[in-house]
Amino acid sequence: MSKAIEETQKMIDEVLDIYPEKTRKERARHVKPNDPTGQCASCQVKANVKSRPGVMTVRGCAYAGAKGVVWGPVKDQITISHGPIGCGQYSWWGRRNYYNGQTGVDTFGAMHITTDFQERDIVYGGDKNLDAALDELKGLFPLAKGMGILSECPVGLIGDDIEAVAKKKSREFDGMPIVPCRCEGFRGVSQSLGHHIANDNIKDYVLGKGMLEKETPYDVALIGDYNIGGDAWASRKILEEMGLRVIAQYTGDASVNEIGIAHKSKLNLIHCYRSMNYICRHMEETYGTPWTEFNFFGPTKIYESIRKIASHFDDTVKEKAEAVIAKHKPKMDKIIAHFMPRLEGKKVMLYVGGLRPRHTIGAYEDLGMEVVASGYEFAHNDDYKRTYPEMKEGALIMDDATEYELEEFTHRVRPDLVGAGIKEKYTYHKLGVPFRQMHSWDYSGPYHGFDGFAVFARDMDATVNSPTWSLIRRKKSA
Amino acid sequence: MRQIAIYGKGGIGKSTTTQNIVSGLAEAGYKAMIVGCDPKADSTRLILNQKAQTTVMDLARERGTVEDLELHEVLLTGFRGVRCAESGGPEPGVGCAGRGVITAINFLEENGAYTPDLDYVFYDVLGDVVCGGFAMPIREGKAKEIYIVTSGEMMAMYAANNISRGILKYAQSGGVRLGGLICNSRKTDKEYELITEFASKLGTQMIHFVPRDNEVQRAELRRMTVIEYSAKHPQADEYRSLAKKIAENRNLVIPTPLSMDELETLLVEFGILDQEAVA
Repeated sequence: MSKAIEETQKMIDEVLDIYPEKTRKERARHVKPNDPTGQCASCQVKANVKSRPGVMTVRGCAYAGAKGVVWGPVKDQITISHGPIGCGQYSWWGRRNYYNGQTGVDTFGAMHITTDFQERDIVYGGDKNLDAALDELKGLFPLAKGMGILSECPVGLIGDDIEAVAKKKSREFDGMPIVPCRCEGFRGVSQSLGHHIANDNIKDYVLGKGMLEKETPYDVALIGDYNIGGDAWASRKILEEMGLRVIAQYTGDASVNEIGIAHKSKLNLIHCYRSMNYICRHMEETYGTPWTEFNFFGPTKIYESIRKIASHFDDTVKEKAEAVIAKHKPKMDKIIAHFMPRLEGKKVMLYVGGLRPRHTIGAYEDLGMEVVASGYEFAHNDDYKRTYPEMKEGALIMDDATEYELEEFTHRVRPDLVGAGIKEKYTYHKLGVPFRQMHSWDYSGPYHGFDGFAVFARDMDATVNSPTWSLIRRKKSA
Repeated sequence: MRQIAIYGKGGIGKSTTTQNIVSGLAEAGYKAMIVGCDPKADSTRLILNQKAQTTVMDLARERGTVEDLELHEVLLTGFRGVRCAESGGPEPGVGCAGRGVITAINFLEENGAYTPDLDYVFYDVLGDVVCGGFAMPIREGKAKEIYIVTSGEMMAMYAANNISRGILKYAQSGGVRLGGLICNSRKTDKEYELITEFASKLGTQMIHFVPRDNEVQRAELRRMTVIEYSAKHPQADEYRSLAKKIAENRNLVIPTPLSMDELETLLVEFGILDQEAVA
């Protein structure tokens, strides 16, 4: 074991020491010093297990994963929160999944639609209410191309047969895809199961049912990009400049038809592996569609990814790929030259979900910053395996971190910037630590692609170097 | 006010027995209320001499929410001033009947159905304890006394034993106690002895043995209790006697449920073994 790993382990032990023995032992499996080789047996992070009660986990639920992440962004589908009002209300447009279209006419992403369960729906069942709601929606929004019924907890408890309603209404609406999504919040240990359930829905109800007039050898699908603040548009631009044709976006700015044709792409490009690997594996097994992971955060990773994607295609794409890089490099170099002096050497701590704890590291490094600690809310083992090589030896890795751990590690690691979610944001403001909300880019974005890097660099600088922080007293090192 | 819950296997005669007990109590001058906790809503028809009454949940469904209801719409008065309410609920296979019981009882409480002049409140609860909702009547602050209607049939005893398990749980947290078994006779072999023994194994008593009599059916067809329909019939006296025993009962215990093996052994001792010996 190297010295760096030993030192981090010592710090972890000190922080966890305050817990009762059983909790300490359990948490110790989830907080580890990094070994980039992935060989160190004692450095393997345990993941995807139930949170301990009382630790104030920031995890979401299956409904959050299915509605907020996967189905919510599909723009011409009406996504119904089936159950009492709260789940839909508090997941209403929180992730800013941008789309083109006339909201309320042909697109519905920014609308909050719910069956608003009352006591009587619980006692007598909500099926009839749902049936009536679907009729009403069909009348109000004739241009809707699909409907999604996203189950909230009570629906699962009382055993409403949403599948039967979906089937019946789909027949009545001339085969319109109506997806019953069994994403009751009590299922699984985090939002991760919701992603999986929603992926299974895509497979069962939509995939293979879309129309693609003609295929080209350059068709790709952009998977696991939710167009937060316009991310997918920035990514798509690069792919199109490379001479590729993006036939589907999963699911940022997506249409129901797109969701139905992704299997016809020549290569599925997956950005958020955690939330969409399931459907990619399915398309590979069933339709033989290959897939590859890529990373469009920060120029270094973007160049690498452009070349990696191009390697799957012919020389024309490869040539264009080089041309794209050559075209954008001077602009990227200029951004780096401008911001690096203001950010170089700054330490970053991340605690996010999905892909960001590892995918954004390159972007920070391009600006001369170092990610010294990173963690996932709901990752699985395969995410950590992909993370180890991205981080330095002895960096801190956290799984399902507790509020106490985040605070305590912040005092010890002394990051100059913390990137986490809305639940952590105000705690960090009070701690006087520069903070970016990295789930939906703190109302900014895009952060993907060349366009995104310019915004990313500007935002990080504005946050780290804001004079505000000097006005807040920050706790001395532990 | 004594609050009493009646449990037992589906179809064993809980509703009929409850209404006859309450008639007996009312006849003796007590003020009583029956709260039906079963979506079938057949807990009050013999007292009200009518088909199923309008239930709390049915009206709430019609109006939109339970807040839109008035107490007098769902609390009716029948034979000898007995007050009657039914929780109501869904047809089998949909929704959540247990939640209906919770909502209905909360409504009755909040709207002042439990007046201080009441001597007795009886809860007539659907079949077995199937979920938290059906245990609502025995939660803290409600029924402290439970009677289980059973017969000498194996499944009725099996259900009674299961209900005792439920009582055991709530006895520790909420203070509910078992008052006894009411044997609603099905004329099985050695039924009296069997249920007496079963009751003693549960740590309780067989409070009364109600013999089988077709007068009950005749009264029911006319939507009346036996006490109202044929006050002089011996069966009416059986129910009066049961009502009196309940009124005087101070033998309230935490039950000691049997294991499945013990229950089967008991049945073998009292019935099947004899038959087989004869064969």
